[in-house]
Amino acid sequence: MNVLLDNFALFREGFVGTVELTLAAGLIAMVVGVLMAGCRVSPVRPMRLIGGVWVTVLRNTPLTLLFFAVVLGLPRFGVVLPFFTLAVLALGCYTSAFICEAVRAGINTVPVGQGEAARSLGMNFGQTLSLIVLPQAMRAVIPPVGSTLIALAKNTAIAGSFSVVELLGTYRTLNELGYDIVVTFMWIAIGYLIITLTISAVFRLLERHLEVTR
Amino acid sequence: MSVEASALYDIPGPKALARHRTYGLIATVVLLGVLAWVIYKLIDTDQFASDKWAPFEYVGVQKLLLRGLWHTIQVFAWAAVLSLAFGAFFAAGRLSDHRVIRWLAGLVVEFFRAMPVLVMIFFIFIAMKVEPRLALIAGLTLYNGSVLAEVFRGGVNAVPKGQSEAAYALGMRKTSVMIHVLIPQAVRTMLPTIISQLVVTLKDTSLGYLISYEEFLYAGKQIATNLDYSLPFIPVVMVIAPIYIGMCMLLSGLARYLESRGRRHQKGT
Repeated sequence: MNVLLDNFALFREGFVGTVELTLAAGLIAMVVGVLMAGCRVSPVRPMRLIGGVWVTVLRNTPLTLLFFAVVLGLPRFGVVLPFFTLAVLALGCYTSAFICEAVRAGINTVPVGQGEAARSLGMNFGQTLSLIVLPQAMRAVIPPVGSTLIALAKNTAIAGSFSVVELLGTYRTLNELGYDIVVTFMWIAIGYLIITLTISAVFRLLERHLEVTR
Repeated sequence: MSVEASALYDIPGPKALARHRTYGLIATVVLLGVLAWVIYKLIDTDQFASDKWAPFEYVGVQKLLLRGLWHTIQVFAWAAVLSLAFGAFFAAGRLSDHRVIRWLAGLVVEFFRAMPVLVMIFFIFIAMKVEPRLALIAGLTLYNGSVLAEVFRGGVNAVPKGQSEAAYALGMRKTSVMIHVLIPQAVRTMLPTIISQLVVTLKDTSLGYLISYEEFLYAGKQIATNLDYSLPFIPVVMVIAPIYIGMCMLLSGLARYLESRGRRHQKGT
């Protein structure tokens, strides 16, 4: 008990850091992921190509390597940003590839007749996608996006090793202060459980909210 | 491809084709612009300077990188085999007829699935004071094994119920139904998912870098942080990234190939 109460400020700081990383990177991932999914189904071939390369490369890059390249490499490139921003960029881009695939799979679940009906009303590609298909794809997309965001929350742990304040990194200070390391890790584990369980609860609520009988 | 039918847009006529061509041109120009900026920056910050690339000519450095790569592959092989065994064991537990075993296996699997794999690796490495290599393998096994356990369970449950009923009706025992009827059918549908999970394992071996295990990325870091080579961070990334991405893409490609083959087989029957 003491480990938590004595260092509550430290744990809170780490917990808030992890939540901030998750939210910021999640936002980037959603925006970029949906845009890239749009590119991948668009009628313009170079855009399809850009989307395809983006997804293939990022999905097959180890996140640690991406962190290494972005957090340690970009500054040598003349791009000087705070570590937090760089970590958010790395996490956001990495996760966006998975969001993109989830959204694209969701688009494929929408019955063909919906797109055809929209087109017969004279809608163009952008209108068909954003007004008709994507809102219906939402339902199918929510569960995989939820698990992608849970994976994102877990992946933020890597940022701690690249000089960003987050939950896992708190063990370092506590270890130096001589606290029981097993208990420290137990509280860290509980912190992560709180975050991941919250995300999955939110997404289950969303799922139920958007549920319709077909 | 341009005349391929999609529900999202009409087959473009001459005007739309011209418009699409313009969009395509704009996208290409933007992409080329970004690429040009990157190359300009690379040259501007002297990333192609010979002293940054010279280390890759040294036999010692090449050996260091190759040893790192070898360690990565070794850890991947160990973690893959062990997590398959772990997954099979706990999937069997979750499919057991005894409630206590089912509940225990479920608890273990759900806990390790919910934890970041890095927290487990750090816990094994720091709190249990295990050497980095074993900590990495153990952490990867616990996490990927738990994910695989769920994959196995889902796969076995997805086999049509008539199959096991028919087998029981023939007088087969539980184990025999599992081994001779359910698992052979489940493996065929699960194989792409299993291999995709192995891609995750391969990617996660790079976490060894964070506990200073001498794997591929760590070897790269040792070169990149060497002052004698004037800190060749970007060259190291340019050498290492294609190898990592290539290895993962090979495995992903295998998964996609098996998936498409499975789909064709299903259509055939």
